[in-house]
Amino acid sequence: MTAALPRTALTHEPAVTDAANEPAAPARTTARPPASTPVPAGLSAAAVRRRRTELLLRVLAPLLGLLVFVGLWSLVAKGGSIPGPQVTFDAAREVFADPFHRNSPNDQGIGWKILNSLSRVGIGFGLAALVGIPLGFLIGRFRFLGNMTDPVISLLRPVSPLAWLPIGLLVFKSANYAAIWTIFISSIWPMIINTAVGVQRIPQDYMNVARVLNLSEWKIFTKILFPAVLPYMLTGVRLSIGVAWLVIVAAEMLTGGVGLGFWVWDEWNNLKVENILVAIIVIGVIGLALEQLLILLAGRFDYARNGA
Amino acid sequence: MDKHLIIEGVGVTFETKRGPFVALRDVDLVVRKGEFVTLIGHSGCGKSTLLNLVAGLLHPTAGHIIAVGREVAGPGPDRAVVFQNHSLLPWMTCFDNVYLAVERVFGGSEPKAKLRERTAAALALVHLEHAAQKHPNEISGGMKQRVGIARALAMQPKVLLLDEPFGALDALTRALLQDELIKIVAQTGSTVLMVTHDVDEAVLLSDRVVMLTNGPAATIGEVLDIDLPRPRDRLALANDARYMACRSAVLAFLYQKQMKQAA
Repeated sequence: MTAALPRTALTHEPAVTDAANEPAAPARTTARPPASTPVPAGLSAAAVRRRRTELLLRVLAPLLGLLVFVGLWSLVAKGGSIPGPQVTFDAAREVFADPFHRNSPNDQGIGWKILNSLSRVGIGFGLAALVGIPLGFLIGRFRFLGNMTDPVISLLRPVSPLAWLPIGLLVFKSANYAAIWTIFISSIWPMIINTAVGVQRIPQDYMNVARVLNLSEWKIFTKILFPAVLPYMLTGVRLSIGVAWLVIVAAEMLTGGVGLGFWVWDEWNNLKVENILVAIIVIGVIGLALEQLLILLAGRFDYARNGA
Repeated sequence: MDKHLIIEGVGVTFETKRGPFVALRDVDLVVRKGEFVTLIGHSGCGKSTLLNLVAGLLHPTAGHIIAVGREVAGPGPDRAVVFQNHSLLPWMTCFDNVYLAVERVFGGSEPKAKLRERTAAALALVHLEHAAQKHPNEISGGMKQRVGIARALAMQPKVLLLDEPFGALDALTRALLQDELIKIVAQTGSTVLMVTHDVDEAVLLSDRVVMLTNGPAATIGEVLDIDLPRPRDRLALANDARYMACRSAVLAFLYQKQMKQAA
């Protein structure tokens, strides 16, 4: 599975570029821009130059990248089989003109499609977090449990998410629940593994403090284990949500219903390729937004571990 | 003589892949109440191992350790440890770090206001009232170590265990904290067992310096009584003949009798 990662993730957290399921170090430095100070009246020439370079790197380079992308797209579109940016933009305007219309079960606005997909991801991912994070703590804390679950996790983790879909259909007899089940089972692994690794990597110093103070197991959990593991856990959550969002589109293509994935498939059957491109962009933007949201969240709990 | 801490025939053997490794053997030591005893030796001689045995973080494979009339079976707040790397919890303020220890020891018997008072008093003892609400990563290494000391002292331990507490600090900060420790120990009458590899630190602070032979199978080589009057002043002692004699004795043990082969 190749995870399409936003620029920030690539430049700041090389660990994340592994397969999405691998345990990764917690986000140490989040995408926090250096504090930009207002320009004082008498700014030296060197400072002005530095600010200009900074502007060039932070704003112009990404814009140029997008421009090149749209240019290449136009070129390819000239070939005829793929709609160009202008056609796609017009299609998008039409799609977004009335995002919450509801003409029939099969003709609903883009807003409903997005909300439906997000709610499936939310439920599947939420259940996975509910099960995966506590399980990760137990596996990390007790070696016996860790060794016990290791072979099963190693066996199931590499399974392609969609392989789980028929099982879901069989057990739940419902396309919707099958999709949620697929999200659940494919997004649970990063949370289990990262949480467990976080627990195992707690510095011995912290545990020695707990031992010398003779803290109760509850105090150890709330005052030491949980705060120490939180950054790892949030990395797991971020990877999981990425996986969930990747999987939902594919799952919906197979299960149908209202959602972004089925919309792509539907428009393929209608041969409205410009709408497929709109869907791809919408899926990308939402994925990016989810990722950034969690990076922001992780940043709030980044209690500068360099102090340790 | 009040035998506050008794170490009797203690040895530690680690099981390794290449057979048993004897780290310590036949260690006998008695520490009186209110005494300041330093363990000194070359690195790898097992002095930290000995301290961890008293702390209860490790268990002896031979002999036994009795702290204040009770055999040491595990770690406990009656033997507070100041670790070399301060070991403060980075997600808590300095106040909360100390409070965690205070709450554990006195939480059962005292109201919250009293616990806060104790915490504040401990921070005041190390002159860190102003940093109470700061997080460990916002203060210097010397200040972190002071919080570590405050945390240990706040527990009113029967024995205070210091594991190279100033080892990671620069020379000036170290001297400053040593002077502070002298005052605090005088003020609180603590019984202290400290590990160090700094000869001056050992002589300046201790009532007795316990010198360990080189490992493996390290044991106590010599014990030197430091018969210098207190309060001790670093500058006045610099040229004091008795101080120099003590210092030479320890140096002679470390660098003549126990010269470490090039590691």
